[in-house]
Amino acid sequence: MHLSMPKPEQHILRNRALLIERLREIVPFENVIDEETELRAYECDALTMYRQLPLVVVLPQTVEQVSKVMALANEMNVKLVPRGAGTSLSGGSLPLGDGILLGMSKFNRILDIDYANRCVQVQPGVTNLAITKAVEHEGFYYAPDPSSQIACSIGGNVGENSGGVHCLKYGLTTNNLLGLEIVLMDGSILQLGGKYLDADLYDLIGLMTGSEGLLGVITEVTVRILQKPETAQALLLGFPTIEAGADCVAAIIAAGIIPGGLEMMDNLALVAADDFQNCGYPRGAEALIVCELDGTKSEVDHLMSVVSQIAKDGGASSIEASQSNEQRMQFWAGRKNAFPAVGAIGPDYMCMDGTIPRNQLGFVLGSIKKLSKKYGLRCANVFHAGDGNMHPLILYDANKEGDMEKAEAFGADILKLSVSVGGVLTGEHGVGVEKRDLMHTMFSETDLKQQQRVKCAFDPQHRLNPGKVFPTLHRCAELGKMHVHKGKLPFPEIPRF
Amino acid sequence: MKILAPETEKDVAEIVSAALSQNTPVDIVGAGSRAGLGRPASGDIAVSMAGLSGVTLYEPSELVLTAGAGTPLSTITALLSEQGQELAFEPMDHGPLFGGSRHAGTLGGMVAINASGPRRIKAGAARDHLLGFRAINGRGEVFQSGGRVMKNVTGYDMCKLMAGSYGTFGILSEITLKVMPRAQTELTLLVVGLDESSAIEVMTSVSGLSHEVSGFAHLPLMNAGFSSPAPADLPSKPLTALRLEGPEPSVQARKHKLVKFLADRGYQIEFLDRSASRSFWAGLRDGVSFAGTKEQIWRISSVPTRGAQLVEDLLARGVGVNAHYYDWAGGLIWLAVAPGEDAHAPAIRDVVERHSGHATLIRASDEVRSRVPVFHPQPTALAGLTKRLRISFDPQLILNRGRVREDL
Repeated sequence: MHLSMPKPEQHILRNRALLIERLREIVPFENVIDEETELRAYECDALTMYRQLPLVVVLPQTVEQVSKVMALANEMNVKLVPRGAGTSLSGGSLPLGDGILLGMSKFNRILDIDYANRCVQVQPGVTNLAITKAVEHEGFYYAPDPSSQIACSIGGNVGENSGGVHCLKYGLTTNNLLGLEIVLMDGSILQLGGKYLDADLYDLIGLMTGSEGLLGVITEVTVRILQKPETAQALLLGFPTIEAGADCVAAIIAAGIIPGGLEMMDNLALVAADDFQNCGYPRGAEALIVCELDGTKSEVDHLMSVVSQIAKDGGASSIEASQSNEQRMQFWAGRKNAFPAVGAIGPDYMCMDGTIPRNQLGFVLGSIKKLSKKYGLRCANVFHAGDGNMHPLILYDANKEGDMEKAEAFGADILKLSVSVGGVLTGEHGVGVEKRDLMHTMFSETDLKQQQRVKCAFDPQHRLNPGKVFPTLHRCAELGKMHVHKGKLPFPEIPRF
Repeated sequence: MKILAPETEKDVAEIVSAALSQNTPVDIVGAGSRAGLGRPASGDIAVSMAGLSGVTLYEPSELVLTAGAGTPLSTITALLSEQGQELAFEPMDHGPLFGGSRHAGTLGGMVAINASGPRRIKAGAARDHLLGFRAINGRGEVFQSGGRVMKNVTGYDMCKLMAGSYGTFGILSEITLKVMPRAQTELTLLVVGLDESSAIEVMTSVSGLSHEVSGFAHLPLMNAGFSSPAPADLPSKPLTALRLEGPEPSVQARKHKLVKFLADRGYQIEFLDRSASRSFWAGLRDGVSFAGTKEQIWRISSVPTRGAQLVEDLLARGVGVNAHYYDWAGGLIWLAVAPGEDAHAPAIRDVVERHSGHATLIRASDEVRSRVPVFHPQPTALAGLTKRLRISFDPQLILNRGRVREDL
């Protein structure tokens, strides 16, 4: 691995004992973890290729404790990395050797379920799926459903702006939030929003969502819940070529249909998924679309026939409609387990996350095929086809000398390719440390400096999760400097109108 | 005031750089249809964005559109309509409320105020559809964020910041939006004669059903001088409106279920067909009831189930409410109050805070809007962060100085 993180600061390492002592004045003794064997459990998140032991782990239980820990870190000039369930795929909660790891796992309570106002107030350590589980008996659910929903925490979802397979129709995390409580690096506690829509002025909830733990620590979340659609049915559509599959996706949307889920897999991925889950996929197809239609019974019946016809006209080699809820779940099981399924044939895999304009799909896949040959590594492709978010899974063997470096270079090439066709580096997994050094392919120095100035408004000393997202750290004082040239107003000759 | 008319993004950047060197505040102007929003403009020069106009990208099957910030919204709407698409967040047209013409606004203005409409509860606001932008910050630098794809978490979500920042973070030059297919048809059910708390209860219970209602509003009986957006031939009674949109068979099936639900409870129901429904919701969205009146107008966002009680508390506090109605199932209250020097701000905000939420002064004289905080005052720590953010984009407060708050 070639990842370079901010240099450990000697003053922090020297003061470790004092820091631990003072942390234990804030939280119960056992909530400060400082033994190496126990720290091991926190050395990485779901991007396991990068590992680092944290300086110390703190597990606060109340917002007051979070506030005091942060104020202490600020006072002692110590870095701090927040961590939810540790399922980040981009290394968002990779520890720092000279930083406190702030684990939010003890914030695991659902505080208020308000069906009448269609929202739930939870602590950030509650898992994504637990919210739906808590309200589904009343016919409600929480819409964003990242594949890791059984394990990932809602606080982490906010930090990363997590998506899922239903976000074309129902939005990402950012579209489903009403309120946040956050703590800034100086220990101040802010309430943003509540059980109502829209910000009072600037949309700070929107900014916090997807800020990857660089601006503040989330201590409470109010999410919107939706009424479950009356019914849902899924179609499995097999195609002889990737292009035919991509055209079908475009045709569905051009017909004015926004399916609840619209996913695509290439042959390598669909066969792996079928081997792993035995979900009845057409193994001979070059492209497989899973299209879920939801809504009222009448609407779903109507749309199922329209989409089937579109698929037929588009040369589908197989069309199968789910006949029961169990069968629908079976259709999804393969897709939702595509990562572990590919992992099973790996032995290791690296997951990319670029989003591209959908009409570039054919070209990008063709190019990935060529890169695959060049690097001598296989690549399985899974997409959220409706929104163009691709997850190429690069297969490699970590035990083979140089394989991981090759995979990293292959991945970087795919992301650069995504950006060059008008796409972006990451659709839902975040920049973290993984894509940090590619930020310049998408943003100019001016763009990045403006984003870092936003960071300075929250955390002027760069103590919160430094080394993530931005390839270069600029001091806030330097970013704030103005270079004003004496100038005259242009266009003096233009008349008023 | 001097009005400058740049033709390109580079022109805009030059204007800002020059204004910076002279510490001359710059006001940003689109079509001027929302000039009455926020605190009064106070800059020495104004930049008209009309020259940065035109659609540069529209791909219906990719649901994406890019255009210059000065593009008239009417151009966009017409173009989308040709392809059976629309802006799903139903942006409010402020023309009628401010005594201007309809359909006058620009794309940039729409994003800068984070416009939305009755479908806000289902489809979100401008913030939820802004995929990317280019802008000129208060340092005279061109910067961009986001992109043209539906899903993007690369870097901070600056789109959310730009939407609703009233030009105080940057002058938008180019905007990329997510567009959506327009519903094939729509109709509206009107429950007749409910008092306000019963209306909130009905809207709450319907919102708990899976009929995908895309508009929930309640119009109490209006005082003389205020017109209702509902057709004139309806009974002169309070109306609770529920909108259904989608493919024809789906709308019909949901209509039957909803009618049964309401009839079982003994409610009297009227219907608005597609075109009557369209014009009803557009009128409600644009505040046509208040057009041409002298009242000061407030917009309150609060907890939906608290709506009726909130209005009752306002009346109990002696706030001179001359007309009001509810949108967003009770979560949005439009209030027309008898003109007062303080626009009843202290009482209104005190009541709103007790119920949780915020109150924005939408229409009042320049004099009142320069004295009374237009946006809901924030607690100290939040107000401080707001200011630091403002400065991070515009350290000398060159852009729309004082437009959102006296010190911003």
